[in-house]
Amino acid sequence: MATDTLSTVEASTERTRKIRASLRRRHLSEAIFRALGLAAIIVALGFVALLFIDVFRKGIPAFVQSNLHLSVTFSPEVIDVGPAPALADFPSQAEYQAASLAWQRQVAMLNWNQIIEASLREAAPEGFEIDSRQILSIPETNARHQVREMFVANPSLLGQTVNVDVLASANADNWIKGNINRDLGDAQQQLSPPARTLIDAFVDNGTITSGFAWSILTNVDSRSAPAAAGLLGAFVGTLYMMLIVIVLAVPIGVAAAIYLEEFAPKSRLTDLIEVNINNLAAVPSIVFGLLGAAVFINWMHLPISAPLVGGLVLTLMTLPTIIIATRGALLGVSPALRQAALGMGASKTQMVFHHVLPVTFPSILTATILGVAHALGETAPLLLIGMKAFVASVPATPLDQATALPVQIYLWQGNENRNFFEPRTAAAIMVLLAVMILLNGVAIYLRSRLEKRS
Amino acid sequence: MDMVAGKIRTTQQSVDTAMNPLDALERPIRLTARDVTVHYGAKQALFGISIDIPDRAVTSFIGPSGCGKSTFLRCINRMNDTIEGAKVGGTIKLDGEDIYDPSLDVVELRARIGMVFQKPNPFPKSIYDNVAYGPRIHGLASSKADLDEIVVSSLRKAGLFEEVKDRLNEPGTGLSGGQQQRLCIARAIAVGPEVILMDEPCSALDPIATAVIEELIDELRENYTIVIVTHSMQQAARVSQKTAFFHLGNLIEEGPTEQIFTNPVNKQTQDYIMGRIG
Repeated sequence: MATDTLSTVEASTERTRKIRASLRRRHLSEAIFRALGLAAIIVALGFVALLFIDVFRKGIPAFVQSNLHLSVTFSPEVIDVGPAPALADFPSQAEYQAASLAWQRQVAMLNWNQIIEASLREAAPEGFEIDSRQILSIPETNARHQVREMFVANPSLLGQTVNVDVLASANADNWIKGNINRDLGDAQQQLSPPARTLIDAFVDNGTITSGFAWSILTNVDSRSAPAAAGLLGAFVGTLYMMLIVIVLAVPIGVAAAIYLEEFAPKSRLTDLIEVNINNLAAVPSIVFGLLGAAVFINWMHLPISAPLVGGLVLTLMTLPTIIIATRGALLGVSPALRQAALGMGASKTQMVFHHVLPVTFPSILTATILGVAHALGETAPLLLIGMKAFVASVPATPLDQATALPVQIYLWQGNENRNFFEPRTAAAIMVLLAVMILLNGVAIYLRSRLEKRS
Repeated sequence: MDMVAGKIRTTQQSVDTAMNPLDALERPIRLTARDVTVHYGAKQALFGISIDIPDRAVTSFIGPSGCGKSTFLRCINRMNDTIEGAKVGGTIKLDGEDIYDPSLDVVELRARIGMVFQKPNPFPKSIYDNVAYGPRIHGLASSKADLDEIVVSSLRKAGLFEEVKDRLNEPGTGLSGGQQQRLCIARAIAVGPEVILMDEPCSALDPIATAVIEELIDELRENYTIVIVTHSMQQAARVSQKTAFFHLGNLIEEGPTEQIFTNPVNKQTQDYIMGRIG
């Protein structure tokens, strides 16, 4: 009896020792796994931080741009045209319009650079020697259009002197920001020595100041006046495409997923469809671009470079993602809920729309917004349907030529005026990221709100 | 614990008084099943089940796990239709009408034969909407007041109204397990079914909630034909007037509950009742 107890005690201490030893091993492996997980997260976050730091470091200066404050005199010697035609002087609207156009053509032919040059010389230090070509390299080339449009809009400016803010040229902006090394020789500088000296003088006397670069947000792309190049056209193009994707891909995708998951009989055919949808999600996006070019442009003769075509291509690309995500969400609904509905005598459609869909709605919504956000950043398929064309206008309808934000980034990154466009590209990336973060934020907000309600 | 025992005992007594074997069998027959077979794919789950279910009485199906009692229950309101690959043979008639007749609408059938499931499964909606759902989809209420009336009376019949009358707009999923199950019963009653099928309605509940549900079943018997599947022989003995014993997909024995529990004819039934198989 006593030995029995003893051996039991021994056995139990032996067991305890073994358990402790195995415990140490378990704790060790758990600690290693945790450390690895933490390291993975730190590495991932580190790369994201690196990306953000790089983009912001480059992009933030692009949001600050040099402006020239000039007092422009609409000198009658240069503006040698008759008074603008007035509607009252003409018997018909058509004749007035013809005369008005003729007058505007005349105005356009005038040497507006002369007016700009005069105002620049007035702002320059007295007796500063610089030739016309050199001094006109300081303002952006669109300054003359800006002044001309002012006059067309208000012909009574003739003979008056008004203050006008024009953008400094890309080269001047580079010089001021030091994007070009100031110590480089004349041969390697973009601007002539007198122009550089004059720019510094303008900065000193307050003719040139820097301000927020609204041009990035409010202007369309420009090649002749790089400092005036903006994202508005691309932004509107992207907006049209997003609307088309949301209007087409979401209902079609969700409906297809519901049909496949809830109604379609399980057969070889549906298996085949399922495999193909999964494969479609993995098809490189550029292939969708080829498909779009072949079907929508060559066969259906939709206009090239149009957001409509871009939206259709992105819809095709997003559909599999939405279908797969929605099916996954539907699959996750507990059978108990389905049985409860069917047991109450609900039809299958009623079961889906009254019970299953409301429960899965938050996940479907999140998946959809993430799919749309993914489409928002897609570039490759758009290149193949002509959306990389240079478009210097805001598309009025989805059928007009346009480009898209990511394509605009691609175009700017390839621009020859690198010193100026590298920061602009980073700024465009910031805008694109902001739109994406906004979309994801909406997804998170809606999800948490809907989940709270149910 | 004492209280639980007391409750169960009172239930027992009330059943005892009603448990006259003739009482169950003299009632008209509501449901008749003849040679019902079920195949899940290649596997046969039920082998020629024939049974009569009496009107306004509780019929219980007992048997060890996997014996086919739930499968048979699910044939009665055609819930097996929803299972991929399930094939049902034989005939089941409700008031002489074949429920597997292709011309019969399964939606209408399920409005006449309600079901309560093993795990309480209220909709993730308010208590009110849970009960109102059936009347709404079947178009039973002509006005909001009418619907209110149905909801309140259903909750009353399910013995839940007093507990939830102040929070009808709160989610049904927030109730306790037993309350949820009574909500599911109220939800089934709201449609005005003739038959209520219950698939192990108390297996997920504690003894107190179980006692409450059993009492409720006993009350509901006055107005509804009830078929209950249970793994608890005591429960079958307490609440039912007729009992059927299933084993390995066969109906081994059926008869008045008292007879099955006190004087079973079949050896297998005897073994099961005595706890030798199960």
